[in-house]
Amino acid sequence: MHNSRHTFSTLSLSEILNLEVHEGNRKRKLKELFEVSTGPYTSPEGFTIWMKGDFSKVRYIGYGMSTGKIVLEGVAGMHLGEEMKGGFIQVYGDAGSWVGSMMQGGRIEVFGDVGDYTGAAYRGSGRGMRGGEIIVHGNALNETGCYMRGGLIKVYGSVGQFTGMHMHGGTIMVGGETEGRDGAEMTKGKIVILGRVPSLLPTFKIEAIKPRVKVGEERVEGPFYMFTGDLAENGEGKLYVSKNNNPHLKEFEKYLSPVKVR
Amino acid sequence: MALLIRNGYVYDPMNGIDGEKMDILVEGGKIVDKLKSAEYEVIDASGMIVMPGGVDIHSHIAGSEVNAGRLLRPEDHAKDVELKTEITRSGVGYSVPSTFTTGYRYAKMGYTTVMNPSMPPLEAKHTHEELCDTPIIDKATYPLLGDWWFVLEYLRDGKIEECALHVAWMLYATKGYAIKIVNPGGLEAWGFGRNVRDIDDPVPYFNVTPREIIRGLCKVNKLLHLPHTIHVHTNNLGKPGNYETTLQTMKCVEDLSSGDKPCIHITHCQFSAFKGVDWREFYSGAEDIAKYVNFHKHVTMDMGQVIFTDTTTMTADGPFQYILHELTGNKWVNHDVETETSSGIVPFRYRRRSYVHSIQWCIGLELALLIRNPWRIFLTTDHPNAGPFTSYPQVIGWLISRKAREETLSKLNKRARETALLPSIDREYSLYEVAIATRAGQARALGLKDKGHLGVGGDADIAIYDVDPRKIGPSTQYDEYVKAFSKAAYTIKEGEIVVRNGEVVKVLDGKTYWVKVSSNSEYEVSEDMKRRFTEYWTVQFDNYPVSEAYLKRSKPVQVESEV
Repeated sequence: MHNSRHTFSTLSLSEILNLEVHEGNRKRKLKELFEVSTGPYTSPEGFTIWMKGDFSKVRYIGYGMSTGKIVLEGVAGMHLGEEMKGGFIQVYGDAGSWVGSMMQGGRIEVFGDVGDYTGAAYRGSGRGMRGGEIIVHGNALNETGCYMRGGLIKVYGSVGQFTGMHMHGGTIMVGGETEGRDGAEMTKGKIVILGRVPSLLPTFKIEAIKPRVKVGEERVEGPFYMFTGDLAENGEGKLYVSKNNNPHLKEFEKYLSPVKVR
Repeated sequence: MALLIRNGYVYDPMNGIDGEKMDILVEGGKIVDKLKSAEYEVIDASGMIVMPGGVDIHSHIAGSEVNAGRLLRPEDHAKDVELKTEITRSGVGYSVPSTFTTGYRYAKMGYTTVMNPSMPPLEAKHTHEELCDTPIIDKATYPLLGDWWFVLEYLRDGKIEECALHVAWMLYATKGYAIKIVNPGGLEAWGFGRNVRDIDDPVPYFNVTPREIIRGLCKVNKLLHLPHTIHVHTNNLGKPGNYETTLQTMKCVEDLSSGDKPCIHITHCQFSAFKGVDWREFYSGAEDIAKYVNFHKHVTMDMGQVIFTDTTTMTADGPFQYILHELTGNKWVNHDVETETSSGIVPFRYRRRSYVHSIQWCIGLELALLIRNPWRIFLTTDHPNAGPFTSYPQVIGWLISRKAREETLSKLNKRARETALLPSIDREYSLYEVAIATRAGQARALGLKDKGHLGVGGDADIAIYDVDPRKIGPSTQYDEYVKAFSKAAYTIKEGEIVVRNGEVVKVLDGKTYWVKVSSNSEYEVSEDMKRRFTEYWTVQFDNYPVSEAYLKRSKPVQVESEV
C-alpha cells in the first residue's frame, strides 16, 4: 500500500475513505480495511496521521513522504518510510525489514525492533540511503545500512551481521553487540560499535585508540579501537569498536605504532 | 487476412522506392500485387511513412548469458515494470527486459525480425526456449564457433572441408543461423586466465592463431554458402588502439571475397574503433576504419552506438568483461562455458561528462556518417551493451539531423567536444538511408530474401510511422521522427496488424530461422567426437542437439553446400 501523506492533507474525509489501496493483487478502498476519522490531532510537525493497530502486513507506510508526521502505535510492515524526503515517522512498536530504505531526508524512530536492510539500497542497486536519520531503540537484524551514502542510523540494541555493508558514506552507531562481518566491503563512512563484536574481518587494519568519536552532532565517549577498511576494496571507511567491551580484541594493540625499544 | 495500405510514403530501398506515394497490398501473409479476396481491411496511411518491418542483425535477447544478466540486476527490473493487459503479459526490465516484454517492445517500434547474436552451443536449448517465448518477432541465433574445440583442431590441421561438414552439423544441432566468432582464440585462452594479444598470437594448447580461425571459418562459410557472412567481434575489443586489430581483421580475409559480396561482418564496430594508447590518450579510430570500408567491398558492419544511460554489458568476451569489472568495480558475472566459450556480464553507465564515453558516442555516429555506402553499416546498439534497443529511435534522430547531434554534443565532456571529428560532419541520413540502415541493409547482409523489402513475394512485415516527410523536415524537426519511430502507427507481421498506435493489439508467435545445409557428403558424427562429449561435456551427446520440435515455429533455410 502506498499512501502519501501530503496527499492526505488536501483531501476530505470521504475522499480519504475512498482511496484505492491494494490488498494482495486486488484493489480495495481504504474504508474497507481501516477505520478512519479526522480530528484535531496535530503535532509540532504539522499535519499528522495517527495509526493504531497491527499494520505488520501494510507495506510502504510513509513511502516518499516529504513533510508532516506519522505516528504508529502497533507494528509497521516492510518498507516503512522508504525513499522518504522529509518529515517524521514514529513507531511505538516493531517495524519490518527495509525501514528507511533509500531515504533522502527526514526522521524515522522505531521504539521496538526492526528487521533486515534498515536504511539499505534496493536489491542489486548500489544507491543507498543518502540522508536523514533512522533511530531504532530495539534491535536490528542483518545488512543494516547496506550501500549507505549519507545520513545517520542509530540502533541502540544489537544488530545481526554485515552492518554497514558496502558503505560509501554516512554514519552507523550500534549500542549493543553485533554478530560480526561489520563494514564488509565498505569504502567510506563511519561505523561505531559500543557493544561486543565477535571478530573483525581480516581486511580491517587497526589505526589508533580514540577516546571518543563524533556520531552526528553528539560526541560518544570511548575509548574505541579505530580500524580502517575494507582493504579488499581499498576502502577508507572507519570502524570504531569499544575497547572496554571487547577485551578479546586486545591482541590488535600490538599492531599499533611501534613500541619504543630501550 | 488481406490488407490495403493506402497512400503512404513508401521507402523500399531494395526495390529503389524512395518516398513514393503508393499502395501496398497484403494477402496470405505476403506482399501481393493483386488482392484475390473481396474482403480486406484498409489502412489509410496518408501522410505517413511506410517501411518494411525493422530488422536487427545483433541484439542480445535470449539465452543463458542474457538471463544471467536479468538475475544480476533486480534493480533494472524495479525501475521498469510492464503491467499485464488483456492481450499482453507482464514483464520487467529496462536494459535487460524479460522475453515477452522484449517482443512487445520491438513490435511497438515497428521491428519484426531480430537476431540473437551469441549462443554457446551447450546452451542452445535454453536460447531457443527464450526465443520461443519472445512474441511476435521472427528470430534466429548464431552459435559461437570461434573457440569451439573441434573447429580449432580442424583448422590447426588444415582440414577445411571436414571443418565445413562439422560446422554444417553444428548449425543443424544448435538450430543456428550463422557462424559467430568472438575474440577468436581469446575465449579459449581465458580458460587459462589469459587473452590473445593480436590476430597472430597463438591460442594456448591448440596453437592456432586468430588469423587462422577467422580465415578458416571464412572459407567454411563460403563452402557452405551460408546466407550471412562470418559475424565477428574482434580481438582486443574495448582496448585503446584496437582499431589496428580491426583493420588487420578486415584485411586478413580480403583475398577470400568474391566480387562485390561481403565475406565478413564486423559487429558493434564502435567498440573496436579506438585509437590511442590509454584512457587519457584516447581518440576515435572511426575515420581510419571508414576509409578502409569505403575502398573495399567485402566488409559489412554494425554501429554499436553508445547511449548515455545505465545499461548492462554482456558478451562472450570473458577477458574483456573482466577488465570492465576491474575498471568500474561493478558486480560481475564471469563464465567459462565448458569447452566452448566464455562470457561476462557487468552493469555499466555511460556518462556525458566522461571524456572516453563521449568519444565512444562520437565513434558510432562517425562510422555511420563517414562510411559512404549505407548498405555496409547498420544501426545497432549491441543491445544492451552500448544501450537498450528501445533507444533506436534516438539513434535515428542523430543520423537524420545534425542539429540533434549538436544538442547532445553541447552536453558532453568539453575536451571531447573540442577534439572530436563528429561536430564537423555535416552529413544527414535521408529516410531512404534510414530504411537501409534499419531494415533493407540488415536483411540483405543476413541473406533473408523475404525480409527488409516490400516487393511482391516478400513477407508482409511492415511498419507504418505517423510522420509526414513532405511536411516535417527531418533535419530540423527530428524529435517528431524520434517520437514516430518509437511508437509505430501500425506494425504488421505476416499480414496481421499486431500494433496500432504504439500498443500491441494482437500477439502471435514469430518464426525461428535456422540454416539447413545439404551436403554432398554424409556427415557422420565420429565415435571420437561422441567419446569426447562423454569425457568433456556435462551433457550426454544424445541430449545435445536441439530437435526441430523444440521450436514453436521452425523455419529452416535450405542451402546447398560445395562439400
